[in-house]
Amino acid sequence: MDRKEREAGKGMSFRRILDNTMSILLWITALSLVLLVFGLIAYIFFRGWSALSWEFITQPPRDSMTKGGISTPLVGTFQLVVLSMIFALPVGIATGLFFAEYSSGGTFTHLLRLAVRCLAGVPSVVFGLFGLSLFVIMLGLGSSLISASLTLACLVLPLIITSAEQAFLAVPQDYRDGSYALGATKWQTVYKVVLPAAMPTVITGAILSIGRVAGETAPIIFTGAAFFTPEIAKSIFDEVMALPYHILVLATAGTNISETRHIQYGTVLVLLALVLGISSIGIALRNHYRKCSR
Amino acid sequence: MFTIAEQKGERTMEKDVLIKVSNLDLHYGDNHVLKDIHLEIVRNNVTALIGPSGCGKSSFLRCINRMNDFIRGAKVTGEIIIEDMNIYSRSTDVISLRRDVGMVFQKPNPFPMSIYDNVAYGPRLHGMKNRTKLDEIVENSIKGAALWDEVKDKLNSSGLGLSGGQQQRLCIARAIATNPDVVLMDEPTSALDPLATAKIEELIRQLKEDYTVVIVTHNMQQAARISDYTAFFLLGDLVEYGQTSKIFTSPKDKRTEDYITGRFG
Repeated sequence: MDRKEREAGKGMSFRRILDNTMSILLWITALSLVLLVFGLIAYIFFRGWSALSWEFITQPPRDSMTKGGISTPLVGTFQLVVLSMIFALPVGIATGLFFAEYSSGGTFTHLLRLAVRCLAGVPSVVFGLFGLSLFVIMLGLGSSLISASLTLACLVLPLIITSAEQAFLAVPQDYRDGSYALGATKWQTVYKVVLPAAMPTVITGAILSIGRVAGETAPIIFTGAAFFTPEIAKSIFDEVMALPYHILVLATAGTNISETRHIQYGTVLVLLALVLGISSIGIALRNHYRKCSR
Repeated sequence: MFTIAEQKGERTMEKDVLIKVSNLDLHYGDNHVLKDIHLEIVRNNVTALIGPSGCGKSSFLRCINRMNDFIRGAKVTGEIIIEDMNIYSRSTDVISLRRDVGMVFQKPNPFPMSIYDNVAYGPRLHGMKNRTKLDEIVENSIKGAALWDEVKDKLNSSGLGLSGGQQQRLCIARAIATNPDVVLMDEPTSALDPLATAKIEELIRQLKEDYTVVIVTHNMQQAARISDYTAFFLLGDLVEYGQTSKIFTSPKDKRTEDYITGRFG
């Protein structure tokens, strides 16, 4: 390259302009995503902040939901999450384990895999109707906490199965070889080496599914969520109020919708905080496991 | 004991043979990996398996503890007799076979758990629960793997925190913790630096006091340094087998000579 060309290169050649533009463009994309998330959280925070108080969290709604708090839907959502996880996690992890460690890749496995993939693509309202016909009517569980939890469990199963399978597949084959070479059986290898090594990633999957469960409305409307209950569910056969449904009710079916705006935003804020809170517990647990295995 | 004088003309007649391999064939699907292998491995000696990549030496090693069972389409015919028992007979308990035939892998693969738990893994699998005895086994195994001084103060920290060479010695400690008769090693130093390699080689020389060692190596100098017997594999055939000193000084087969003098491979 002679001097002339180099001087010409000092100016903004096309590819240099393109290079800078692309950098800026990608930065803008990334930044706007961050802004969007934080903007959303900030907006909800400022709109809902005024509604928050100790009473708001500990009192049930009063006066046709224009006053009082959200203790009943808050506890209800918590009950739904815990119960649906009790159903979904063992089944989901076991199925993931089957795919990753036990299945031989035959026709049955393909069929099962297809079923899981289909399940993941089913709209949540269909799960609601499915839960209504199977749990509520056929099994006679009625519109109840347990029906809604089972329906939510079905909804998150594909998510848990897929993430659990990925977690098990990510465990290095070296570990399995080492275990087998010492005379371990398949179950001993899975139980003592593969499961503990995969646990952090499995937990991450569970966290994601908790967020999903806590935020879903459609599957529980038909199966156990109540418009209003005077107190929290004492038995798994009671109906429950749930935060997402409560938000829907406040925003669309209240007696005085515009007057209760701050309650609506307050409820959204609490739901958001609940999901983030549960996630933090999961993340703390995951870090703990990671430290143990390092 | 068996005599093999008529097979290879080697003078192992009076030797104490631990593993006797005869008519061994291994197929991976349509691929004929090992062809009619006959071999006798002598107790408390180091036997090295050498040969170019893909010659079947690692596959042969994995026949001895039946790790080939996990490979789909693998089919073994013939016999491997360890202590008067054909390990490919129907009545063989693979679990107890692998307890008696330990294995060390190419890449150090300690489990993601503490140093202590790594070594105690094997004994625990086989039902050892007594804490005092476990402590004793763990200490002796780590000492046996020449690692004790380096880790005695941190038995509860993770095995993954050790250096590569230490990890490999931890794996050796883990393998000898079940008190096996045989220790199989699949290129145990290929992922290590020269210093760590030297330590492992020194350790292998000590191990033969108590164990029978079969080692796969791509490094001929290593085979010459540490082994008593050497088997040269080529394209699935066992070309030549005999005392290491003889193989390396006066090989009988032209192909062996070409390989060890570096003309191919």
